[in-house]
Amino acid sequence: MSLYDKIFKPKVYTLPNGKSVEKKASRAPIYVIVILLMCALSVKITGFDMQMLVSRIGQFFVILADMFPPKISYMKAVWEPLFDTIKMSLIGSLAGSLLAVPFAMLASTNVCPNKVIVSVVRIMFSIVRTLPTIVTALVATLIFGLGTLAGTIAIAIFSFAYIGKLTYEEIETVDMGAFEAMEAMGATKTRAFISAIVPQVLPFFLSNCLFNFEGNVRYAAVLGYVGAGGIGIILNERIGWRDYPSVGMMLIALFVTVFIIESISRYFRKKLV
Amino acid sequence: MNKRIEEAYEKRPKNWIYNTALFVIVIILIAWSASCIETSGATSGGGQIALNVIKGIFTPDLSFLFNLTTSGVPYLMLETICIAFLGTIVGAILSIPVAFISASNLTPKPVAFVGRMLVMAVRTIPAFVYGLMFIRVTGPGAFAGLLTMGVCSIGMITKMYIEAIEDLDTHVIESLDAAGCNTWQKIRYGILPQLLPNFASTAIYRFDINLRDATILGMVGAGGFGAPLIFAMNAYRWHEAGAILAGLIVLILIMEYISTKIRVKLTRG
Repeated sequence: MSLYDKIFKPKVYTLPNGKSVEKKASRAPIYVIVILLMCALSVKITGFDMQMLVSRIGQFFVILADMFPPKISYMKAVWEPLFDTIKMSLIGSLAGSLLAVPFAMLASTNVCPNKVIVSVVRIMFSIVRTLPTIVTALVATLIFGLGTLAGTIAIAIFSFAYIGKLTYEEIETVDMGAFEAMEAMGATKTRAFISAIVPQVLPFFLSNCLFNFEGNVRYAAVLGYVGAGGIGIILNERIGWRDYPSVGMMLIALFVTVFIIESISRYFRKKLV
Repeated sequence: MNKRIEEAYEKRPKNWIYNTALFVIVIILIAWSASCIETSGATSGGGQIALNVIKGIFTPDLSFLFNLTTSGVPYLMLETICIAFLGTIVGAILSIPVAFISASNLTPKPVAFVGRMLVMAVRTIPAFVYGLMFIRVTGPGAFAGLLTMGVCSIGMITKMYIEAIEDLDTHVIESLDAAGCNTWQKIRYGILPQLLPNFASTAIYRFDINLRDATILGMVGAGGFGAPLIFAMNAYRWHEAGAILAGLIVLILIMEYISTKIRVKLTRG
């Protein structure tokens, strides 16, 4: 019985057959108080001001309204960066996901028996995952110069950590029976891995890769902000010039692209899993 | 017996045309996108810069890292947590009506479709565009940051809320109906207990993501550690950038640990 139950006594019900059951007092008040305290602190630090928000929210729609009607003639300048964005995400996601596979194998306890290697690889995955993609992109632009290569590398690093984590979790929950049976029949470890574990993991792996690619297309639009190629560069430039109709056109093009890619990827993901 | 296995194996579905076509398409796509790898922009000093970056990140500026005034790393992290926390709450609250509109088991198909399209449109606009829009409303600072974060969270939170709503077990509500409960009681005892853990878990997950994404806000001057980080990196002050990144990594690892604990507890009840 915890301290909370000692302070707030549980309610005792007596059943018709003479037994009594206890209903513990609800923990909800604690959670509510903690959340309210955190809200109060956050409001104080961030300077949240409802009055200002209500009175000035109209300003939010000023830029949005300026975007309509979008400047259709600007579309011909959008094609190339838009395709660059897709290319960057495609190659970056592919490279990252492929690179993640051997590391994911090292990070799963049922494939790699060495505990030290498992924990080292896992820690590496967590640390790489915490690095903001925009920071890796900025560093990459300093090393490889402004352009799509920097963006591709940033996306690859993010995909590596994301896919790696999901894949090792997937490998760990696999049914090991088939693997053991193959080993007992005299197959080598590699052979058993390929025939017994890969078929179980592959659909989920491919599905995760597609999902990752989908997300990366959307994210790649931001990377241009630090000069790492793609549609973000011209988006940032046009915003700087306050040429909002062109920005509107770009956002519509991006929306259509993301919609198409998402539909294709959803179709294949449904088929896979 | 063996023969029957072989026969069955021979009769396995063969869709090699479909598979080859897919394979060829993927190869063509890869070849097409390989053109984005251009090394012409690489500077000869790239290796030196990489070395400096690594050196700076492993030797963070300690006086900056442990500076307890409002310009030090701890305060920046606290501000970022506050932005992400309130941003997540704003996003989670805004998502509830949108999710109920877009859930296909509650509303007619066309309405749900429009709702989903709206969510997708909201998700497509990059974060820094929202940042600029909100700075017009509130002026630069943490307030703009939290509003941006709230709007950016809507997309993912709504998607997961919709899934939770569509998975609702309607039998519970029917039995409450049969027991003679009124609408309010049905919501309180039939719907809320099913949705709340799911909703809370989603919000906590999004809080994790928001902490990571807070860097982007800094680029438009919307508060948190983003702006100092980008400034430090653009000015090649790698020790300073290293200090912020070190703080960030520790913060995110701790938060991830706590949030995983809470979420596991929520799903197991």
